[in-house]
Amino acid sequence: MRRRSTTGPGPAPALGRRTFLAGGLAAAGTAMAGCGPPDTVLSGKRRLRQWNLFTGGDGARMVEMHDAYRKQHPGIDFQTSTFQWGNPYYTKFAMGAAGGRAFDVATLHVSRLRGLGAGTLISPVPTDLLAQHGITRDTVTPNIWDTCTIDGELYAIPLDTHLVVNYFNRPVCEKAGVLDADGDLVAVSDEDEFFEVCAAVKEVTGQYGVVMDTTHAWRPFWSLYRQLGGELTLDGELAIDDDKALRALDFLRRISQDGLAPQSSDGAATPANFQNGIAGLMLSGNWELPTLKDAGMDFGMRPFPGIYGEELGQGDSHCFVLPVRREPDEDAVAAAVEYAAWMLKHSITWAGGGHVPAYTPVTESQEYADLQPQANYRRAAEAVQFDPSAWFSGSAAQLQADAGAIFTGVHTGAVTPKAALNRFKRAAQNLIDTPSPV
Amino acid sequence: MTVQASTTETPDAASAPRSSSPRAARGTARRSAAGIWFVLPFTVLFAVFLIWPLIAGLWASFTDRSLAKEDSSFVGLANWIEMFGDPAVWQSLWVTLLFTLITVPPLVAIALAMALLTHRATARIGWFLRFSYFAPFLMPVAVVTLIWEWMYQPEFGMINDVLATVGIPGASWLTGEDTVLPAIALTTVWWTVGFNYLLYLAALQGIPVYLYEAAALDGAGAWRRFTSITVPMVRRTTTLIVLLQMVASLKLFDQAYLMTNGSGGPNYAARPIIGYIFESGFTGLRIGYASAISYLFFAVIIVVSVLQLRLFSRKEDAA
Repeated sequence: MRRRSTTGPGPAPALGRRTFLAGGLAAAGTAMAGCGPPDTVLSGKRRLRQWNLFTGGDGARMVEMHDAYRKQHPGIDFQTSTFQWGNPYYTKFAMGAAGGRAFDVATLHVSRLRGLGAGTLISPVPTDLLAQHGITRDTVTPNIWDTCTIDGELYAIPLDTHLVVNYFNRPVCEKAGVLDADGDLVAVSDEDEFFEVCAAVKEVTGQYGVVMDTTHAWRPFWSLYRQLGGELTLDGELAIDDDKALRALDFLRRISQDGLAPQSSDGAATPANFQNGIAGLMLSGNWELPTLKDAGMDFGMRPFPGIYGEELGQGDSHCFVLPVRREPDEDAVAAAVEYAAWMLKHSITWAGGGHVPAYTPVTESQEYADLQPQANYRRAAEAVQFDPSAWFSGSAAQLQADAGAIFTGVHTGAVTPKAALNRFKRAAQNLIDTPSPV
Repeated sequence: MTVQASTTETPDAASAPRSSSPRAARGTARRSAAGIWFVLPFTVLFAVFLIWPLIAGLWASFTDRSLAKEDSSFVGLANWIEMFGDPAVWQSLWVTLLFTLITVPPLVAIALAMALLTHRATARIGWFLRFSYFAPFLMPVAVVTLIWEWMYQPEFGMINDVLATVGIPGASWLTGEDTVLPAIALTTVWWTVGFNYLLYLAALQGIPVYLYEAAALDGAGAWRRFTSITVPMVRRTTTLIVLLQMVASLKLFDQAYLMTNGSGGPNYAARPIIGYIFESGFTGLRIGYASAISYLFFAVIIVVSVLQLRLFSRKEDAA
């Protein structure tokens, strides 16, 4: 047999002396820039570092607000860092805050306050200072203010509320005859009424009545469970009302099994299904608004339907938090609080993205009333249902992930509501038993 | 040989224990000293970025280190005991192994089939085959998963549409407990088979044509030529591909994470062990516990690799 001729590795790519030197110089330059003196020394400006998790439409709006802020604050060297929503942001937040040198003010979901170290990594907001800028419990939606308060201390300054709402395709709903005299979707007061509305819409679309994210069923589940008056305790021993939870889960099962909603529709497909006219209604977060507007859809929005009573919907709030400092820096805290207050007062821009501002003078203004369809669900912000509090609950945290993985099978029919509830209870108890990392 | 070694400077002199000539020893020392500078950069990088993290990770697995706390304390074997009793660890490990079992055979067989096709193709369409077979491999994982997520959509995705035209009922691919892992496996095969294909193509081109001519003259048919010439001649490549592929499949994470939106799929049917490590460490903030699971997985990979090396080296000996 002929000996296999193997070619050796080719010649190493020639790295010219000049290229090497140029690269080295560039690298040295970058390194030196990184460890130069703080900008404050050079420019005489007060440095303010802000971290956030807003990309896409929200990101664009935040940049717009930041540009305006910069213009009005020439004495502040304002630096922002944007990270990807969810885990990528929260891990950096935790590590940055633990290191103590990351940011002067950061955005956070209020539901993650406990999980990300209120008191250990996040320091309380000086309310007297905040009051000097006109932000008090009286000027912020009170239920949201209270969620930011732990043991009597305010740990976060709320910017907005975002929650699951009910979108409706206007032409489709008109044809289905489910609009009232004002052109709004009719209100429902019980399960059967909601199913009737869905069935009427289904007649028009030919496929489905309503669409919702079946891979993230926590939001509708929690909304319905709260409408039923359900409570969930995650401290020590898990306490959940089985009957109410089963009723909420059975709603998810029925709506899919009856063919009124798709058995599976993930985060990306849900708004697409609604846009494509496969369904005339959508239960989803208010943050989908810019996408649908950009698509040129004729749609309206109203609070999450009151299927079991009041129109309660699951939600959360974006807020500003201050890091715990090893060395006190009152000037930095003052600048951060002033910044947060400024953002709240100018949150009419933020409302363009679908979020309901937490600062009441904005939501009560004429300018906000003119925002359509935002103004239609303004009252929902007062009825928003926050997640139960634990270190593992809240946006993008473990409890929501577990609920998503388990409840998705209720929609597809792979598990019965009873089995799903048992699995969820096991997962929740497991998290309760896990030693807390904060 | 020893006599020679002590008088002349052969490369063996350095290791020969009896080389007592001072000249030779000096030369050896000088040569080794120069060598240190060549290996030093790599050794430092190796130590800083591999050895040190390995030790730090092992240490972390005995502590309650958290992402959200600065200090941590020694907890002994608590993480390890918790891990062995945690069903999620075993379930996600099973998902990883199952994924490896269902992806490796097609990734090897399809790559070989595509390489054979290209190898026999004329020059005119050969470049096209090479390009189209290899192109998916060049795509970033985010793009690949985005494309396939849309294709798998139950309501308007291409796959269910195609199935509908031939009268097969579609499925909720990524939200069905039984379909989510095979769906991810299919995407992975489409995406990564091009790399194995290239390796096979190179191996096929190394087989001398006269072997086939001689076999054909002796009356061997196409199938006989394939099993008696092609398969044995590319055996080394097959060994390499299987080894690389198994390690790659065991490391499943990105596509599973992206295609299930980080949820691990319905009832965690597509949460690989790295996904669970990520969840414990980053979502759950528990670095200590995540380190313990990482070490378990590390052990699994080592066991699989050793078994496989043994298996294949025995085959090589037999051949």
